[in-house]
Amino acid sequence: MIRFMLMVNRQGQTRLSRYYQPVELSRRAQLEADVVRCCLSRRKDQCSFVDYKDFKLVYRQYAALYVVVGVTDNENELSVYELLHNFVEVLDKYFSRIMFNLDRVHIILDEMIQNGHVVETNKSRVLAPLTALDKMADG
Amino acid sequence: MPAPIRLRELIRTIRTARTQAEEREMIQKECAAIRSSFREEDNTYRCRNVAKLLYMHMLGYPAHFGQLECLKLIASQKFTDKRIGYLGAMLLLDERQDVHLLMTNCIKNDLNHSTQYVQGLALCTLGCMGSSEMCRDLAGEVEKLLKTSNSYLRKKAALCAVHVIRKVPELMEMFLPATKNLLSEKNHGVLHTSVVLLTEMCERSPDMLAHFRKLVPQLVRILKNLIMSGYSPEHDVSGISDPFLQVRILRLLRILGKSDDDSSEAMNDILAQVATNTETSKNVGNAILYETVLTIMDIKSESGLRVLAINILGRFLLNNDKNIRYVALTSLLKTVQTDHNAVQRHRSTIVDCLKDLDVSIKRRAMELSFALVNGNNIRGMMKELLYFLDSCDPEFKADCASGVFLAAEKYAPSKRWHIDTIMRVLTTAGSYVRDDSVPNLIQLITNSVEMHAYTVQRLYKALLDDISQQPLVQVASWCIGEYGDLLVSGQCEEEEPIQVTEDEVLDVLEGLLVSNLSAAVTRGYSLTAIMKLSTRFSGVNRIKKVVSIYGSSIDVELQQRAVEYNALFKKYDHMRPALLERMPIMEKSASNGPTEIVQTNGETEPSVVDSKHPPPVSQPANQANDLLDLLGGNDVVPVIQTTVPTKPASAGGELLDLLGDLSLTIPPMTAYNKNGLKIDFTFERANPNPNVAVITIHASNSTEADMTDFVFQAAVPKTFQLQLLSPSSNVVPALNQGTVTQVIRVLNPQKQQLRMRIKLTYTLKGSPVQDLAEVNNFPPQSWQ
Repeated sequence: MIRFMLMVNRQGQTRLSRYYQPVELSRRAQLEADVVRCCLSRRKDQCSFVDYKDFKLVYRQYAALYVVVGVTDNENELSVYELLHNFVEVLDKYFSRIMFNLDRVHIILDEMIQNGHVVETNKSRVLAPLTALDKMADG
Repeated sequence: MPAPIRLRELIRTIRTARTQAEEREMIQKECAAIRSSFREEDNTYRCRNVAKLLYMHMLGYPAHFGQLECLKLIASQKFTDKRIGYLGAMLLLDERQDVHLLMTNCIKNDLNHSTQYVQGLALCTLGCMGSSEMCRDLAGEVEKLLKTSNSYLRKKAALCAVHVIRKVPELMEMFLPATKNLLSEKNHGVLHTSVVLLTEMCERSPDMLAHFRKLVPQLVRILKNLIMSGYSPEHDVSGISDPFLQVRILRLLRILGKSDDDSSEAMNDILAQVATNTETSKNVGNAILYETVLTIMDIKSESGLRVLAINILGRFLLNNDKNIRYVALTSLLKTVQTDHNAVQRHRSTIVDCLKDLDVSIKRRAMELSFALVNGNNIRGMMKELLYFLDSCDPEFKADCASGVFLAAEKYAPSKRWHIDTIMRVLTTAGSYVRDDSVPNLIQLITNSVEMHAYTVQRLYKALLDDISQQPLVQVASWCIGEYGDLLVSGQCEEEEPIQVTEDEVLDVLEGLLVSNLSAAVTRGYSLTAIMKLSTRFSGVNRIKKVVSIYGSSIDVELQQRAVEYNALFKKYDHMRPALLERMPIMEKSASNGPTEIVQTNGETEPSVVDSKHPPPVSQPANQANDLLDLLGGNDVVPVIQTTVPTKPASAGGELLDLLGDLSLTIPPMTAYNKNGLKIDFTFERANPNPNVAVITIHASNSTEADMTDFVFQAAVPKTFQLQLLSPSSNVVPALNQGTVTQVIRVLNPQKQQLRMRIKLTYTLKGSPVQDLAEVNNFPPQSWQ
């Protein structure tokens, strides 16, 4: 299962964080800094999967943004890698500029991943409640 | 009060902050504004404020004052409010906060709401952070939603059920009837989550596993449809139809077929089909193939299928993409135990991966290489591995070195090769070698008798080059000490003998003693080696001088050795040759054998193996602290009650046997006599150590009821040391029918007057009793 998901920029600032297993606030900052340091220091031709403590990190870089996911050992890494891509494509479809609408991103994330497992991967179905919400907010 | 700013603007402003301090200032200002807004009970802007609060929480600032606000938002009727409220609940609250229970009612109502989105929200939140009480209350609702026809809700309900099962495993049976129809759904979202639910149930309970085995044909059919169906725009990812679902189904098949022949047979065809039909050009296809391979490996598949799987892995290894190679190496590592021969075929590719730049790949290639080493390929593999050892990062060196030693030990073709390999490891990665390898190596060297001359010569040459690697230096100095005569006499069949004089050898060893690079242990080794050479070399005076210099060394260990050796020269010179003669061949013993022999160099020190010294068990520290509190001003050392599981009161009995007549010289005394409980002390003196007084307490009970849970604790002043052995029992029978005995050992090196404070706890007639007492009336003979 997925333990946490982070979106970080190249300077190491967290743009999005979601934990599916409770982690105390004080430890979060350190965890995020560690994870980010791990991923930022890797070169382009290195593997996208890193062992970190007792779980695995799968990360993917999109321009200036790194998407990092921490998974448990029994998870298929390649599948998670695809999932990351799927998630970013969904975000792309909906937003022009992601980061100023943090709550919306969370809503999308919730539609796709719940409790550490994948719920829905079909882009249009994921975005359906969000479009409904938008219509309600406008109307 | 002006309207609070929107989240968007807040993020923008925070981004403009250039320093951490500036950011903190902005956030504090905004927090203050939010707090005052909350106090005003402003309904319209509450959701905006909570959204901002969540952002600040994500950045790491405390946001607990928003928790109640989240609850108010959840209770509101507007969807936007509920949305933010539930999100806030998921992010800010967890089981440990008391506030979360207040949500239960809201969630219950929302689970029955008319709008599916609201129901979905409630399910999501419950599935994310529901505690066991909440889950128990709401499980019925979740189960109802699992049976509904609305696919949007069904998929969320399935994942919520997973969470409920995790928290309250007993409720698993409740969800069983609902799962019957789950797999006949068309909607992929529901299929996916149902497979997750089934996986979770199978993992948790073997009964469920047996029950769900009959679903295998259905799963196979679904998988087949996925593969066979043409392009379907809904679920397509790079040309493959819903790979996520395929992977999940494969994983469930793996769990179902694990030890079951029938299911495995049913799956064979579909697995072969997936393996051959999936396109491998994109990552997606490879993901599916990877999962297929894992499944084939785990179930009882036929051998043809297994070979197919390993070939797929071999193909992965040749792929340029690092991720795929990593994945292949990981799975090969898992299968190498069972399908050793098949993996051997790919050995050369694996060895090539050792040279890869990526750290994760290198590590896996190294582990896999060690697993593949066998008698046939040992020479070639070892060459590659040693080359790897030279060039790899320090974090690998320790593991690689120990791996090399193990492999060399098991498969060495000849002793000389073995020693060469070890020397190579020591010279290249010497400082990373583990500590216990030094004695192992020494033992190995003594065993290969014919190689002594060769070994010592090579070690000597290595020492001349470099004295910084401690394990190498230690082994070398030990060998020179033992076989120095062989070195000087220049006989060596295997290699060109070198001409070394005694003085040169002593120079080297003395150099070790004074060098800053040598650790204390190494110095000890070299001093002992020099001493041993006194019987093997002719020029003894130099050695005598060195040894007497170190008699006044600051290092206590060196000083002790030097003084003892000095004494050997002076008073026991006739014994010296016998003591320092060649070591016998050591047997491979478990842990302590070689190390003790090396360090005592044949002199048998009386090994005080205190067999009565049981390992201290971690008694809860609060007991010791209680005693400390009670004993206040006196510097008293609390005592940890040691429990020896297999040595009951017989320990006391053995001591008594040892001491025989001495027990009669010290009179017994009564330490405590109150409320029917009487404690007597009887004394003995422990034989090997006259400073230890052994006291046996006898507890007897003159009341009418038994005293159960009897615990005796004692504390003594700082200058003493106390050891409590386990009592004979913890029930003191009534009416003096029997006694409980316990042995206390007191070490009294300074011969001070013995004082003790004791604490007794027991249960009498159902009520616990606790008492403290001080024991000062020890007879003088017990401590003099």
